[in-house]
Amino acid sequence: MTADDVAVDQRVSPLELWRAEFKALPAGVRLRELAFLTQLSLRLVPESPAVAAVSEALGVALPLEPCSSAVAGEVTVLWLGPDEWLVMTPTGDGETERNLRAAVQGHGAVIDVSGQRTTVSVSGPRARDLLAHGCSIDLHPRVNHAGSCVQTHLAKAGVAIWTRDDSGTDFWVVVRTSFADYLARWLVDACVPHRQDPQWQ
Amino acid sequence: MQLIPCPWCGPREEVEFHYGGQAHVAYPAAPADLSDREWAEYVFFRDNPKGLFAERWVHSTGCRRWFNAIRDTGTHDFRAVYRPNEPKPVIS
Ligand SMILES: [Zn+2]
Repeated sequence: MTADDVAVDQRVSPLELWRAEFKALPAGVRLRELAFLTQLSLRLVPESPAVAAVSEALGVALPLEPCSSAVAGEVTVLWLGPDEWLVMTPTGDGETERNLRAAVQGHGAVIDVSGQRTTVSVSGPRARDLLAHGCSIDLHPRVNHAGSCVQTHLAKAGVAIWTRDDSGTDFWVVVRTSFADYLARWLVDACVPHRQDPQWQ
Repeated sequence: MQLIPCPWCGPREEVEFHYGGQAHVAYPAAPADLSDREWAEYVFFRDNPKGLFAERWVHSTGCRRWFNAIRDTGTHDFRAVYRPNEPKPVIS
């Protein structure tokens, strides 16, 4: 075992202590922390000559539409602003960062921000109802489709909500590490009134 | 709650935004030549109309971008929003 392995093994994710609480929720919702995803902040103006090379490095066209996203295999690109994206890739991936750095060629910036946020997968038939307890964005599939990525408040915490299907049952909530414990506490608490609710079982 | 239309993200609740004061206040072309009085006017003095007012807003919780808005200070009605590189719209 190398020093790096030890360092990785001893990491404690922001929501490590919530694992048991998440498992005890009604079956209608499933909460799971996707810990330690590699996250890169990509800054680039959309008119930049590097956009083509960046899209090639990502394996998918950079999403320019507000509140959208793009996926290429295990690489997820979330639109955070007109010149800002969050690139999420599997734990320990260093290749995407190297490729993006080479593609950006000084026209923008690629920064590893993996420690800044953690990711909570909120899924299940009642996932949308749970988020609706604390979010003013309409996540109904009628208006909110797979691939949308909105930054907003969830129970007053700033989050990005990435919609992963067209039936309102699969979301990723990306939240700052310092707010993660609060948000987990709120999510678990929001399920309490539904513990006996037959529609949530 | 009042909705404010972000030029990028669309209508969002007002708590996602912060106010940035009067828009189109140009930085002095020759700051070194300004008198104390002119500096004070540049730094502190702003219009305070009742009615249409061009203002700066930032979508703090969303895309975190600054934009301009024309708001009726009497009714809080947002009559127009526009990106920083877009000209101020003419509203009668
Ligand atoms: Zn916005």
